[in-house]
Amino acid sequence: MAHIIEMPKLSDTMEEGGIATWLKKEGDAVKEGEALVEIETDKATQEYESPEEGILLKILVPAGKSVGLRTPIAIIGEKGEKIPDLAAAAAPAPVKAAAAPAASPQAPAKAAAVAAPQPAAAAPVAAAPAATGGRVKSSPLARKVAADRGVDLGAVAGSGPGGRVVVRDVEQAKAGSSVGTVTVGVQPVGTITASGTSVPVSMMRKTIAKRLLAAKNDAPHFYLTVSANVGKLEDWRQQLNKAAAKEAKPGSAPTKVSLNDGVILAVSRALRRHPMVNASWQGDTILLHSQVHVAVAVALPEGLVTPVIRNSDQLGVREIAAQSRELAGKAKAGGLNNDAYQGGTFTISNLGMFGIEEFTAIINPPQAAILAVGAAILTPWVDDHQRVVVQNRMKMTLSCDHRVVDGALGAQFLQTLVAYLEDPLAMLAG
Amino acid sequence: MALIQFREALGQAMAEEMARDDRIFLLGEEVAQYNGAYKVSKGLLDRFGAKRVIDSPISEAGFAGLGVGAAMAGLRPIIEMMTWNFGLQGFDQIINHAAKMLYMSNGQFNIPIVFRGPNGAAHMLGSQHSQSFDAMLTNVPGMKVISPATPYDAKGLLKSAIRDNNPVIFLESEMMYALKGEVPDEEYLIPIGVGDIKRPGKDVTLIAWNKMLHVAVDAAKELEAQGIDAEVLDPRTLQPLDEALIFASVRKTHRLVIIDEGWDFAATSAQIADRVQRECFDDLDAPVVRVNSLFVPMPYAEELEAAVLPSVGRIVQAVKDVLYVGN
Amino acid sequence: MAAEPKSKYEPAFLISAYQDMLFYRRFEERVNQAYQKGKFAGFCHLHIGQEAVCVGVQKALRPTDYVISGYRSHTQAIAKGIDPKAVLAELFGKKAGAVGGKGGSMHMFSKEHRFLGGHGIVGGQCPIAAGVAFAIKYDEKDDIIVCYLGDGATNQGQFFEAMNMAATWNLPVLYIIENNQYGMGTDYHRVTSVDRLSKRALAFDMDHSEVDGMEVLKVHEHVSGIVAKMRKKPRPYLLEVLTYRYRGHSVSDPAAYRTKEEVAKFQQRDPILQLAEILKKQKIATEDELKAWDKAVKERTAAIEDFADAAPKPEVSDLWLHVLAD
Repeated sequence: MAHIIEMPKLSDTMEEGGIATWLKKEGDAVKEGEALVEIETDKATQEYESPEEGILLKILVPAGKSVGLRTPIAIIGEKGEKIPDLAAAAAPAPVKAAAAPAASPQAPAKAAAVAAPQPAAAAPVAAAPAATGGRVKSSPLARKVAADRGVDLGAVAGSGPGGRVVVRDVEQAKAGSSVGTVTVGVQPVGTITASGTSVPVSMMRKTIAKRLLAAKNDAPHFYLTVSANVGKLEDWRQQLNKAAAKEAKPGSAPTKVSLNDGVILAVSRALRRHPMVNASWQGDTILLHSQVHVAVAVALPEGLVTPVIRNSDQLGVREIAAQSRELAGKAKAGGLNNDAYQGGTFTISNLGMFGIEEFTAIINPPQAAILAVGAAILTPWVDDHQRVVVQNRMKMTLSCDHRVVDGALGAQFLQTLVAYLEDPLAMLAG
Repeated sequence: MALIQFREALGQAMAEEMARDDRIFLLGEEVAQYNGAYKVSKGLLDRFGAKRVIDSPISEAGFAGLGVGAAMAGLRPIIEMMTWNFGLQGFDQIINHAAKMLYMSNGQFNIPIVFRGPNGAAHMLGSQHSQSFDAMLTNVPGMKVISPATPYDAKGLLKSAIRDNNPVIFLESEMMYALKGEVPDEEYLIPIGVGDIKRPGKDVTLIAWNKMLHVAVDAAKELEAQGIDAEVLDPRTLQPLDEALIFASVRKTHRLVIIDEGWDFAATSAQIADRVQRECFDDLDAPVVRVNSLFVPMPYAEELEAAVLPSVGRIVQAVKDVLYVGN
Repeated sequence: MAAEPKSKYEPAFLISAYQDMLFYRRFEERVNQAYQKGKFAGFCHLHIGQEAVCVGVQKALRPTDYVISGYRSHTQAIAKGIDPKAVLAELFGKKAGAVGGKGGSMHMFSKEHRFLGGHGIVGGQCPIAAGVAFAIKYDEKDDIIVCYLGDGATNQGQFFEAMNMAATWNLPVLYIIENNQYGMGTDYHRVTSVDRLSKRALAFDMDHSEVDGMEVLKVHEHVSGIVAKMRKKPRPYLLEVLTYRYRGHSVSDPAAYRTKEEVAKFQQRDPILQLAEILKKQKIATEDELKAWDKAVKERTAAIEDFADAAPKPEVSDLWLHVLAD
């Protein structure tokens, strides 16, 4: 019998998915577990393996279109089998096909604890799916403008009632071509601007926007700024790198340890000393995470992602360096699956490479804090002996969710962190 | 330019036309010695005499029919209905006779007649005196229907109506008779079937006529304060409708809200919405929304009456709906 | 039984009245046959039995007078001057019809002949007639308008409203009630509080009278007197003509609400037969001549039907003409 393949839920925050590429075409034989389609979620593009064996009878959602979760996307059945009509497909009965997608992000049990508390970010806001059952609801004008400008309506998230794609959605989806031709741009705040360039919003961007807005709305932020003399850390790092270069086999490039890797190490160790910072607000309770998984912000053209270094407190700095390099590389190549983003307990964001001296960051919920790291700069400093000396100093700002982390607690965490950074050997003392 | 009342504009139009053409006479309840129930015909008896300015018995069907017969024999009657609620009694003559005569006679008998009077709700007059008949009247072929909103339009259009060779229904409003507006001193005509943009805008088109136009203009001001630039279109004539103007406006703004004092079912606004969906389908970014009177007989109490009629609040909400802007 | 021959009626007048009535009778009979043959459809109300009213009134009018009527008006239209070929062609829905196939049985019009319709709303013509009379008076002419209505129309409000205005303003309108006893299938006595419908005028202090509608000369004489007075001094008049229709309300009405005896009683006073007796008595025409006339009339109506049959149908595009005047 024919099986309806539905849009699977491939991430905890996924509300719709885009068909990036069909890896099979209609009429192809498909084995169970064989890669069927690449699906773009709010976080990544990943392969989805066929839950059924048979012939791909019908592709219901073409590449480039986005649909809501559990919307039928394809039909797999026996050769020559009659394709069931979509009314039947929409009925709840045949959903077993996609009920338990192989790549379910819920699979890693450890991640589940973190994923549980989802703040308002998970609530559907404007991104109610425009497409249901393969049909894109859109205003006639939106269709006309989309056709004129070559915008694929299926790839546009509708902001109208029931997810209707209206003309402003199309305009925002088409970068650099909308100047002045159609008058839209009504903002909820009430000002209307006619000119400008609209940039399309990817699903990742939408998710970031939603989650950051929710984080800023829901978590009462406060900020603690401190600076550390990273001269010793820098020396240590360079020694390690020199040593690694000597040990490296000919032809292979050793992984270099960056200053940020030292920061990750120090933060991870400091979190172990201050479990209240490695925690999550859960409404009635505060969850103290038993593991330390530090997420590291990586800037991509589409937005910021935060792959996770698991059990980073258990790792040496070289292992941290190796993992962070691999995660960043894969993230930039779009090759990270959702697991890599799940379960972080604390995030580090470093803009030092851009020369930023200090900044504040928005907490990545449900974490309780994020550390914003600035550039290490040679700075005149009055030392303990009241002498002005030049030190290699780095400023850091901790954003805290006040529901979890009080000022003194945050300050104590930063004291430990500064001590570790200024004397890396202290970390060995535990 | 003189600043005059709506009623004076109508009176001037009749006086000028009666002076120009002695085939024109005015017939209706209280139009002569009383100078008009709403003083629209003030001074006409003195100026034109009892032969041409005639007080009728309270017989709407009768004097409507008398007007039709007089028109068949070559006169050009102006028939005043003290209100269109009374005019309903004359609908047989208007619809069965005036509107059909030219067609039934295969072009032999045209009926150059104007039926005019206030239409729609005034203020706390209850169910039998607060009805808008636009939809019923525009539904009939063989007549023209005019519903102006300003003294300027009223004068120019009434003069055109009197000169027209067809039955023309002229819808006024008790609430607008005292409305003042600029009217040129020199003679002018406004062609029937030509609408007017009362306020240009780019974000949404509001179509409204008669006294609803003023509610729509108020709503446009409110919307402006919220950053929304509404175009207010006054069709002025409802039959025939200036569809070209309406389509052009909708094609510019892509969103349409129609404000219509008539009940919503099969209303004039529904006709406009139908024509727009048909002709401007690809230009619409939102469904056409209509703001009509609620589908109940008009209640008396002030608050209830206000709740039935289209209001600034309802218009603003409708505009937000078509702009997909929340509250 | 028959009217006394009046010296004032010249033989030519009598022959004309006879031949007109005979023609209207044969015309309506042919209309009935054509309907039964399926040559046309819709409503069709015949005037058979009421010819004396039509002819007697028409011969009392002059061309500039107006006539307006209800829906039983084929022969009234012909009497006012419309070509019978145009009337039958109209019934057949032809372009050559009186109104180009737009009106049908109930809506004959002629501006040239001042026949203002053929109206299908019972009583609706009454205030229109008052309006025409208003215009006549406005223009200070001594024309009049005859407004035919049936006994059924006398219970319509518009009839009363029109009489009030006509009486109040002294308008030269002659309302002629063709009382043929039945408003469709209802004996008027069953729905009317007065026996003589002309008494309705009392409420308006209006001149009124009755006349026997089965005798064309009586009708003519009576109406001539009324019209002469109206021309001298414009004022309305309500005349009740007592007549009878031999056929049902319309061609589809078997008239089961009345007895054959009742119909036969009126047919004994048939207006055509009565005038035939006068013609023979006054030696204006012999029986053979009457038969020859009848044959000629039948040939004429046959030719009319041939014309109507052959006439072209209207163009479909014509339906858009005359919705509005320029």
